[in-house]
Amino acid sequence: MSGRVLLAVAVALVLAAVALTRVLENQYYYFATYVILQYVVLATAWNILGGYTGYVNFGSAAFFATGAYTAAVLIKAVAAPFPVLLVAGGLVAGLLGLGIGYLTLRLRGVFFAIATLALAVVLQTLVVNWGYVGGSRGIYTLRPARVPFFDNYVEFLFVVMVVLALGALATARWIERSWIGRGLVAIRDNEEAAECMGVPTLRLKLVATTVSGALMGVAGAPFPYYLTYMEPTSAFNLDYAINSLAMPMIGGTTTWVGPLVGAVLLGAAQQVATVTISSALNLLIVGLVVVAFVILAPEGIVGLFRRWRARARA
Amino acid sequence: MFSLDLLTDAVVAGILLGGFYAAVSLGITLAFGLLDIVNIAHPAFVILGAYGAYVGNSRLGLDPIVAGLLGMPVFFLLGMVVYRVYYASFEKRGDESLRGLVFFFGIIFIIEVSLLLQYGVDYRSVDAAYLGATLELGPITLPFRLAIPFAVALGLTLLLHLFLSRTFWGRAVKAVSQDHLALRLMGASPVRVKALAFAIAIATASVAGALLIMIGPIEPSVGREYIGRVFAIAVLGGMGSIGGTLAASLILGVLESLTSTFYGPSWALAVSFGILLVVLAVRPAGLFGR
Amino acid sequence: MVRNGRPGIRTRLVVMALIATLALWGATAPAALAAGPIKIGFGMALTGALAGNGKAALIAMQMWAEDVNKKGGLLGRKVELVYYDDQTKPATVPGIYTKLLDVDKVDFVVSGYGTNVIAPAMPIIMERKLAFVTLFGMAVNEKFNYPYYFQIMPTGPEPLTDWSKGFFEIAMKQSPKPKTVAIAAADSEFAQNAAAGARQNAKKYGLRIVYDKAYPPPTADFTPIVRAIQATNPDLVYVASYPPDSAGMIRAAHEVGLKPRMFGGGMVGPQYASLQTALGPLLNGIVNYHFFVPEPSLKFPGIDAFLKTYQERAKGAGVDALGYYLPPYAYAYLQILGQAVEATKGLDQKKIGEYIRANTFDTVVGKVKFAPNGEWAQSRVLMVQFQGIESNDLSQFSGPGHRAVLYPEQWKAGSIVYPYEKAKR
Repeated sequence: MSGRVLLAVAVALVLAAVALTRVLENQYYYFATYVILQYVVLATAWNILGGYTGYVNFGSAAFFATGAYTAAVLIKAVAAPFPVLLVAGGLVAGLLGLGIGYLTLRLRGVFFAIATLALAVVLQTLVVNWGYVGGSRGIYTLRPARVPFFDNYVEFLFVVMVVLALGALATARWIERSWIGRGLVAIRDNEEAAECMGVPTLRLKLVATTVSGALMGVAGAPFPYYLTYMEPTSAFNLDYAINSLAMPMIGGTTTWVGPLVGAVLLGAAQQVATVTISSALNLLIVGLVVVAFVILAPEGIVGLFRRWRARARA
Repeated sequence: MFSLDLLTDAVVAGILLGGFYAAVSLGITLAFGLLDIVNIAHPAFVILGAYGAYVGNSRLGLDPIVAGLLGMPVFFLLGMVVYRVYYASFEKRGDESLRGLVFFFGIIFIIEVSLLLQYGVDYRSVDAAYLGATLELGPITLPFRLAIPFAVALGLTLLLHLFLSRTFWGRAVKAVSQDHLALRLMGASPVRVKALAFAIAIATASVAGALLIMIGPIEPSVGREYIGRVFAIAVLGGMGSIGGTLAASLILGVLESLTSTFYGPSWALAVSFGILLVVLAVRPAGLFGR
Repeated sequence: MVRNGRPGIRTRLVVMALIATLALWGATAPAALAAGPIKIGFGMALTGALAGNGKAALIAMQMWAEDVNKKGGLLGRKVELVYYDDQTKPATVPGIYTKLLDVDKVDFVVSGYGTNVIAPAMPIIMERKLAFVTLFGMAVNEKFNYPYYFQIMPTGPEPLTDWSKGFFEIAMKQSPKPKTVAIAAADSEFAQNAAAGARQNAKKYGLRIVYDKAYPPPTADFTPIVRAIQATNPDLVYVASYPPDSAGMIRAAHEVGLKPRMFGGGMVGPQYASLQTALGPLLNGIVNYHFFVPEPSLKFPGIDAFLKTYQERAKGAGVDALGYYLPPYAYAYLQILGQAVEATKGLDQKKIGEYIRANTFDTVVGKVKFAPNGEWAQSRVLMVQFQGIESNDLSQFSGPGHRAVLYPEQWKAGSIVYPYEKAKR
């Protein structure tokens, strides 16, 4: 699918989303879709580092929460306008990614994974002890009463998330097709060989960590307004780490389509499960499905689809 | 507020706690340090062991340590099975790093949620006659609740060290991480040796779990706090070194205890992980690594 | 199952089955229900950190629905509870409450358990101007100032300080008067709020705070904390903690030999059967908050029958066996809603909200009247001292006795054994 076609599809989707907000009153679908789209961004971001480069990030929550708390601070301090929140969230989280990458990317992949876990804990402790954002007592961020053009704030957040999701997918696709992407794949397949061939591995890995972190931060920036009450346990919730990892694994890690498929499927399933069977079974099923996919379908749904297409053609 | 008494107490408490951390980390040292298997689900197995001790204690009236020891063969078998699946799905295909990690991630959830469905979220603890008592050694007060797990952990560490250095299979385990071919030439199948090592690692989780529930009440998600800690210890100690694991655990325990006492408990965990980050950045081989 | 490095037919079938299962979830959404019963919707913590209490609350709420339906329902219509598991995760709340209101079209919503899940629902409630009775949130309405928010936790019009006021008032009545206090609190929402209130109270009574630290909830060992507290030699020790920490603190205090004049305050946990049986005599002497104890002075109409039925249902449900903490209040908050519906003879949210604001209700937890900010007009945080517990037997706790109610005066039944040391034995 050519870039131009995809661009047209993206624009059409945004327009459709806006049109939908004029017509559909039922807020539930906006909230539910918001969460799914949020995971599209997180899964795509994770995959840039995890799927393309082969470095597993267990601390997605740290970057997500960084974006969320940056936004909360800006709202509290200067009542910053919304676009500033997004940019700031992405910037700070991106810097965090850069920093952690610089500290640990010279090590083997597994150490990076452990370092991201440690990062999440350290960051959470810092936030818990930071009085300005309320520490563990949490911070209230009341939504603005009016928002231009939309009937209510929820619809606005929904459209924002549509745009963010499309942006993340576009970024991933661009990276995948560029020389950066090719370098990342070389790193994933055999880092030493890539070094020997002159691929600037450290620089590329830093790019991947920074972009990945920044996107996660951007996904987190609207979070204070989404919930209106935010405290560290919910912002740093392990769910974000698990899902942003499970979704690309299920969908497929080698292309930008994989995380999208995984996020939509798993995200939708979780949303539906919350309001239907609604119990601990939800998590159990995630665990079982992830394990099943990882064992049986290592290239995810996208991989399976490719095989069928190949067979159909043969 | 600083007083020698307080300092001694904090250090002693830290040492006792550190011993317990060592028991939990031994499995990781074996699996991750020696076999390169990133079993992040190890703390979940420890929780499973803790529930095993709980069941043994509450239904059969067994002393929790006895229950933990009795559980070892079961956990050993469990470890064998898990390793075989892991091997067939990942190691054979050379795919282990990313997908292996995710596999164990999934196992964490399966274990946790199964426990949740079976036992609910209520905290469980064990009863043993000696748990409330303390031992006075001069100026130092040693609560049995911490001292006994410490002693058992030391014993376990020693046993494991002896196994790895003095027995054929133990040395085979150490060798398998370094040289497959030589191992084959010596007549041991690398796969079987790895399976043995992994199974032993999981078996230690049974005892570690019993110690965990002796120290404090548990519920299914308690294991998650330990995921980071045990890897911090494994890295700090230098992968694969049993002595290193013990030393790193004691250091971490004392650090946490000192921070807790003098700066405030909320920083204790951050300090440990902060140290981990620094070590990773500066000397990734750990303090005692090769 | 793998052939030539590619998954075979069987594998793919399994994967297809898995995908189909995921897809089927979507198809099994509940069909729209016919008009007829009055539907009350809510999210409740059935899994996650607060599930122990959440499940207990749900039992009580289901009991209320059954009791009401036995008597002919509300306004002649049956009552139906529609609920989803919020997993103790705030992020699920907006979705759950909009689903309840927009898709399930419930007539009323009530809250789940705890500040974390009440606050995210507020914007939705306020936007639609609904009457909202809530279950145990701390000072949520301070930020929203919503007139139809009602809180069933009996903290009182100033929840932050009312929580610990009793503890300090009792302490200051003793002689010799205490001079110093140590405050230890878990690093989480409720405990930090309680600690903030304790600090204010300490200042009010002129006490010097000699230790004031927070600890992270997943703390395995409390000995360093207790030793640090002991080193400051405080007269009073106020702890705001959750069940596992409460147990850990109490055990560590015994091991270290902590000797304040009064110990306790804001511990969650000693109200639960599971902790009472686990700690047994270790609880002696502790002065802690409670919301209900089966003492004669607190014999509210209907509470005995409620407890009997609850305790039957709690067996084997994995919830608190005695039900003295949350369940009566979960029953009561629905009682209030039900009575308001009957009194206004309709489902008008505004009328019901105004009615609840203006009236006093008779419930299983006694007479309930709300202050203008939605909290209780009069605080009823009890301060209870555990006394004379000799074993770990549950029977000691299932009836009156062993818990002397010291405060407020209105419900006082027993007197304090002071200092803590004397009561320990």
